[in-house]
This record gives sequence, C-alpha cells and structure tokens, in this order.
Amino acid sequence: MSDAKIDRRELLPQLFENPDDYLFVSGLAGAAKDTSALTDDGDNLYTMAGTMGAAVPMGLGVALNAPDRKVVVVTGDGELLMGIGSLVTVASMAPANLSIVCIDNAQHGETGGQSGHTGKSTDLETMAKGAGIAATMTITDPGRIKGGVEFLASGTGPRFLNVRVTDGAPSAYKRNMDPAACRHRFRNAFLGNG
Amino acid sequence: MTQSSAGEDWPATMFRLMADSGVDLFAYVPDAGNKRLIECADASNEARTVLLTTEEEGLAICAGADLVGKRAVLCMQSSGLGNCVNYLSLVNGGKFPLLMMLSMRGDYGEQNPWQYPMGQAVDAIFEAMGVLTFKVEKPEDLEKATTAALHATGPGAQSAAIILTQKFLGAKAF
Repeated sequence: MSDAKIDRRELLPQLFENPDDYLFVSGLAGAAKDTSALTDDGDNLYTMAGTMGAAVPMGLGVALNAPDRKVVVVTGDGELLMGIGSLVTVASMAPANLSIVCIDNAQHGETGGQSGHTGKSTDLETMAKGAGIAATMTITDPGRIKGGVEFLASGTGPRFLNVRVTDGAPSAYKRNMDPAACRHRFRNAFLGNG
Repeated sequence: MTQSSAGEDWPATMFRLMADSGVDLFAYVPDAGNKRLIECADASNEARTVLLTTEEEGLAICAGADLVGKRAVLCMQSSGLGNCVNYLSLVNGGKFPLLMMLSMRGDYGEQNPWQYPMGQAVDAIFEAMGVLTFKVEKPEDLEKATTAALHATGPGAQSAAIILTQKFLGAKAF
C-alpha cells in the first residue's frame, strides 16, 4: 500500500513487549519468520510453512480451548485471504482471548513479491468488520503502533489489527520447520504449565 | 427424505461414545448425515459446536485444540474432504491425531451425478494422506467403528475417519 510506512521487522517487538505472556500461532512465510524472531522460536509458538490459510482457524482452536490464555494469530494478507471465511467463524464463536494481527504488505513476499489484492481496493479491516468482528483497527504509520498496543490490551476480543507495512524483507530467522516436533514442543510446554 | 437402515438414534450413541472419550468440540459443515449428531452436541453441556465456512477450517481448529491437549472432531459430507486435502499435510506431517466423521455421498444409491467423482475418491485420498478409515455399513458397525476410531486417535496417536456409508445412511431422494 502506498500509505504504508511501517517496517515489519520493527512491528512485533513493539506490539508484544512480553511475548512470553501469549500463545502464538503464525501462518507461513514472513509472518512465521517475524514471529519466530520475536519469541526466539519459543515453545509458546506454532508456526506453519504450508497449509496457507490455516493460521486463523488454528488460533481459534487454541483460543477456544485455552480460555485463560491470551492467544495471538499472526498472519499476512495473502495467507488471511486464502482462509478469509475463518474470520466469520471467529466472529460467531467470539473468543474473548483471541487477537489477530495481519501484516499486510500487499504482496506475496515469499514467492517473489507478486502484487496482492490489498494493493488494489481490498480492505481487510472492512472485511473483518463485515465478518462480524467488532473490535478492529488499521495502522499504517510507525507513530500509531503504540495505539495498536493499547488496542490489543483493551476491551474484549476477538480483535483484528491490520498493519500496513512497507515491502521490505521479514526478519531473518531460521526456525524449526518440523511440524511434528513443533507440535510436541508446544503441547509439552502448555500441558506442563497447565 | 432419506431411507435409512440405521438404528433409531445412532447419533446419540455416537455422541455418547465421543463425549465419554473426551471429545468436546464438534466442528462441522452441516449435512443431513451429521444433523442429529450436532443437535446432540448442542443439547449437551459437555460439548460445544463450531459451524464452519469450509471443511479445512475444521482441521485447523481441531489441530489447535490438540495443541492445548483437547480432543475434537470434524464432521462433514464426503464432498468436503476435497476441500481438506492440502490441510491434511498439517495432520500427517504434524502427526496430529485428528478425528473426522464423514457422511458419504456418491457411493451407493446416489442419484445426483455431481456427487460421484468426490465420493468415489474418498478412500484413495485418505490412503494417500495417511488417514485411517473405519466404515459403517450396517447398524451393528456403528459402535465398533466409532470406538475403533476413538482408540486410534486417542491412545493410538493416529489420524482417523469414521465413514458413514450410504448403505447405512440411505440415499437422498431426488
């Protein structure tokens, strides 16, 4: 988006000062790199490297079944659009502990930077509102990230925060991409704490 | 609309078996074959139901439940399996022991030609993606197949589907 001024690599550390306080689910590609950099690929994070579109519903499954924990889905505009109907399911189930952060760079960064729909007339916050999610916000300017922090900490979920970012690279982070090992890691950490 | 050979209230039996095994989230795309099961779950204070917009969403929700130690089931018509194929990568690769319940179309007595291609591909898809199947063809199969699938997805740590055939459910009249 031409109005975007935020460097995605600086976004998540500002939004989540204490990442250990959350359970994270991230979609594939840049969202996974940024979220694994945030948590040092922690055991409170499940990242994907496939199943495009699955991040929001997986986060919903976590949120519904861990109502005492704050759950955050980190996704991208392309990933979110592939499973956009899941915003409707989130709205209907209305888990108070779920927040969705979409890193919207209006392109498919992982596959070569091909232009995405949100660089045209598609507005993801409007779609989230239309799905029935009452708490929504869009930020485009680094000076508004503090407002995003307040948004994520206020009121009740589900919340949808769309962050329009510049077309720069995501965080450089090599995470564990074994989906079964990551499942064990997350479960053991959660159930051990539980 | 259906002529069924199934027992009077098999969905109540299936629900009870699932609930007793700790399955407490029922994700579903509505189908005649899961209508009563979902009603049983809705009527129970031991379970919750999640209406989906598309079937693969349910696989991701069930996987999310598993991440925090809970058991869930995805209920769908056989046609919905086609929507799920790529997400079975998550189930297979991640070794998520997910439970599915499929009500068949396009396998026995079907009169809608649109249902045959996907219905006939169900076994091959499950085999290709490493999901065990337990079929219900006669009323006496219901409890055994459900129990077998619950064992497989519980202590057995496999992903598995209970398949309710049209021999069991009956074919929709057109």
